[in-house]
Amino acid sequence: MNAADLTITQLRAAYREGDLSPAEAIQSIAVAIDEKDGDIGAYLSYDIDLALADAAEADLSLPLGGIPIAVKDLINVKGHPCSCASKMLEGTYTASYEATVIRKLREAGAVPFGRTNMDEFAMGSSNENSGIKPCRNPHDLERVPGGSSGGSAASVAANTAVAAIGTDTGGSIRQPASLCGVVGLKPTYGRVSRYGLVAFASSLDQAGPMTKTVEDAALMMNAMVGADPHDSTCLPDAVPDFTSVIGRDVKGLKMGLPREYFATGLDARVKEKVDAAVAKLQSLGAELVEISLPNTEHAVATYYIIATAEASANLARFDGVRYGHRAEADDLVEQYKKSRSEGFGDEVQRRIILGTYVLSSGYYDAYYLRAQKVRTLIRQDFTNAFEKVDLIASPVSPTPAFKAGEKQSDPLSMYLADIYTISANLAGICGISVPCGTVEEGGKNLPVGLQLLGKPLAEAELLKVAHAVEVS
Amino acid sequence: MDVRKIAHLSRLELSDDEAARYQEQVGQILKYVEQLRKIDVTGIEATAHASPIFDRVREDDISGDRLSREAALANAPSVAQGQFRMPKVVD
Repeated sequence: MNAADLTITQLRAAYREGDLSPAEAIQSIAVAIDEKDGDIGAYLSYDIDLALADAAEADLSLPLGGIPIAVKDLINVKGHPCSCASKMLEGTYTASYEATVIRKLREAGAVPFGRTNMDEFAMGSSNENSGIKPCRNPHDLERVPGGSSGGSAASVAANTAVAAIGTDTGGSIRQPASLCGVVGLKPTYGRVSRYGLVAFASSLDQAGPMTKTVEDAALMMNAMVGADPHDSTCLPDAVPDFTSVIGRDVKGLKMGLPREYFATGLDARVKEKVDAAVAKLQSLGAELVEISLPNTEHAVATYYIIATAEASANLARFDGVRYGHRAEADDLVEQYKKSRSEGFGDEVQRRIILGTYVLSSGYYDAYYLRAQKVRTLIRQDFTNAFEKVDLIASPVSPTPAFKAGEKQSDPLSMYLADIYTISANLAGICGISVPCGTVEEGGKNLPVGLQLLGKPLAEAELLKVAHAVEVS
Repeated sequence: MDVRKIAHLSRLELSDDEAARYQEQVGQILKYVEQLRKIDVTGIEATAHASPIFDRVREDDISGDRLSREAALANAPSVAQGQFRMPKVVD
């Protein structure tokens, strides 16, 4: 029995039955990684000794007792490296403190094991911007896993992890989940503490579960969600039992279909799978309502101003002074410039440049302030929609996984593929991607995900409906 | 947008090839985001907070969990006398 093949629920059962111990689970996952990850590249590193030490203390009576969880390599786990898939931090930074989300998972008994590949500093939608090594889609090794949480998605899809944590700033949990055929949930902004996450865009980032089943995502949510005095944007709201809604029916649920998300640019085969999943929900009692999110066409532009502006500020700390890569130089400014230029990859530098420009004197009002106002309009679109419907359904990605290298020469075309996921981050609402079928191409079956978007704090609704899709 | 000027502001050093490439790529993105200028945003308040939380305050009490000096220096590229060592900035 290899733990890496199991879901969280199955592994808990295996522990209960005495079929496997947490130490054996860690060992077997390491074997799976050694055997399978060479071609995939989902893992940047893993530390068996630290994990075995944690496993030895595992309290199996806890909800995630002894469950190994792979961690996206931008979340601080004390004593583990944290490279953000960047030469800026590769080999030079070991986490000296722990993220709240990790502390909370440990309190539920989980064992962080493995650092997963990603787009550098979470900037990308294909994992091709990893500054360390490529990551491929387990369903077709010539294709991308999606990004920026590509490694977390790929490890779960390839059965080289039981479950993983990702982060989502513009779709970076939901899109790789869709492309790899796993479940990925972006909580409401503020649901999960950002303390200990290396920040990309502080008003958009959220950590969330990436799992094989909806129930596993609910189990992780129970542990991950909750107030945190270390994060002033973390919501104080009570944490429900997210597993309690699994199996409940969707009768009478009003489901909104945004007409702007089913228009041109959507691959016909993806649309067919999404339509079929929506039809299934309808047959289970959900009522379909056409809605409009009129500011959809402005979402990508709004996002790439706000996110890059925030990123330019957040990445200013990487200057070779206290941690990370330091270049040799005679004066301070030269040291900053050389360290940063040697440490950061192209996409990171592009975004810092764009972000610095839109915040600079003379341009702030025209770009950043204006984008913040359009952000209000986008939020209002969702508030208005949620007066008519309980949930919104849409595709996650306009296409299934594309071939590596296909979009590399044109950054803007990569950005435009974020169209269905990006608004949820701007509005601060929650969203989930759940597998809803595959599309055949080149002899491979490429996964397609259905996206469900919910009101703030409505993750339980998402999980309930996603589960209905999963079992139908 | 002058990419070299912005690079200096953000403490990046660009080769000629990078400068040309980024000038074009960032230029294209800026052209794309120009569409936001056409939107009527009169009377619309900017969103600075993604969630409706404001004025989170706490007691001015520093006795809790802190990073020790040792831990803070543990990842430093260069340390001297318990401090981060840097090129001279004052003559």
